[in-house]
Amino acid sequence: MYTQGLDSLGKDCLRDEAQDIGRLEQRFQARIDAEEKIEPKGWMPEAYRRTLIRQISQHAHSEIVGMLPEGNWITRAPSLLRKSILIAKVQDEGGHGAYLYSAAETLGVSRDELIGQLLEGKAKYSSIFNYPTPTWADIGAIGWLVDGAAIMNQIPLCRCSYGPYARAMVRICKEESFHQRQGYEIMLRLSRGTPPQKEMAQQALNRWWWPSLMMFGPSDAESKHSAQSMRWKIKRFSNDELRQKFVDFTVPQAEFLGLAVPDPALSWDEAAQHYRFGAIDWSEFEQVLKGHGPCNRERLEARRRAHDEGRWVRDAAVAHASKQAAKEKSRAA
Amino acid sequence: MTDSSRDWPLYEIFIRARAGLDHKHVGSLHATDAMMAIEHARDLYTRRQEGVSIWAVRSSDIVASDPADADALFEPARDKVYRHPTFYDIPEEVKTL
Repeated sequence: MYTQGLDSLGKDCLRDEAQDIGRLEQRFQARIDAEEKIEPKGWMPEAYRRTLIRQISQHAHSEIVGMLPEGNWITRAPSLLRKSILIAKVQDEGGHGAYLYSAAETLGVSRDELIGQLLEGKAKYSSIFNYPTPTWADIGAIGWLVDGAAIMNQIPLCRCSYGPYARAMVRICKEESFHQRQGYEIMLRLSRGTPPQKEMAQQALNRWWWPSLMMFGPSDAESKHSAQSMRWKIKRFSNDELRQKFVDFTVPQAEFLGLAVPDPALSWDEAAQHYRFGAIDWSEFEQVLKGHGPCNRERLEARRRAHDEGRWVRDAAVAHASKQAAKEKSRAA
Repeated sequence: MTDSSRDWPLYEIFIRARAGLDHKHVGSLHATDAMMAIEHARDLYTRRQEGVSIWAVRSSDIVASDPADADALFEPARDKVYRHPTFYDIPEEVKTL
């Protein structure tokens, strides 16, 4: 999740011929196999670096774009407390983006470069954020399902082989739990409310269920770069394993709410101790990924507008800093 | 003026969680000056009362050892186990030593 673009990496990144590179790579892999962390200044294969830059920056972009569907409800949250909670959550997402851009920068790419790629529409972010949030219940469903799926994916990333990424993920995971619980509580409140409120919660579940399952990315058979990422211990579990775990955890939570998971094929497999679920419509995922989702254009436009409208603040900050520095200099002279 | 979104210096942030503890490195951020670094560190790293004090240090001012020198720097300490108290065998009867 957050990394779906990895599946369209260039072929060139897994090819290295020189013999000494081969030896370095062997030693690198041995360190990874021994569960040693890789740190920014140590040697790493170019493909490892590029894979991480792509994955971490996509993750960072997802956090930043992820502020938009929820920000949409800040002014209309149903109470002052809900408004405060939502502001805190959206602020967390911005913070997560900042931690992740910092982690990516340790790999020799600048934050400005990465943000530039996002604004130019060249970078990918999780396609889940290209869906709209038409009702308050969508805010509940996002916290419960989208953040729930994110946690499922992010907990193993806390043990990722790259130190700065793993450390950022530890911080993020600590905060993410609040996101999921506040979302579930919104759903709980609505599903114990009036029939129209319960129906609103059901509709939100209907909208977010399948996109949430798609967040784990293509199935293992289709995911070309999973195997290498597993060898490098960037990834610890396959997309399908994590998706299954998410379904197993989430279906009972939906039952507790008294809501129906929108999947007629869903059933409990007693022998396997897993829920079996219906086939995912990947053509929809592909469409959203290609930019034809309900809100792709709107999201990027909102980011660009925020960037442009904030320019005067950045200019003023730089002007102030250089003025202060000049004053400091003349005082010292 | 050049595009001022570029080239904001990087600061490393250290937070003291409670009085009496060390400042601990928590991450980095970009800021135009030290004051902004402190203000952003407040928003970024202490949203849940994680700290009572912040240090911000320009990343470019940090001098670090080279990982390639790790052996030369740290290997000499490896065979000096006698620097640890557990190296010495003291009879059980001897107390408070």
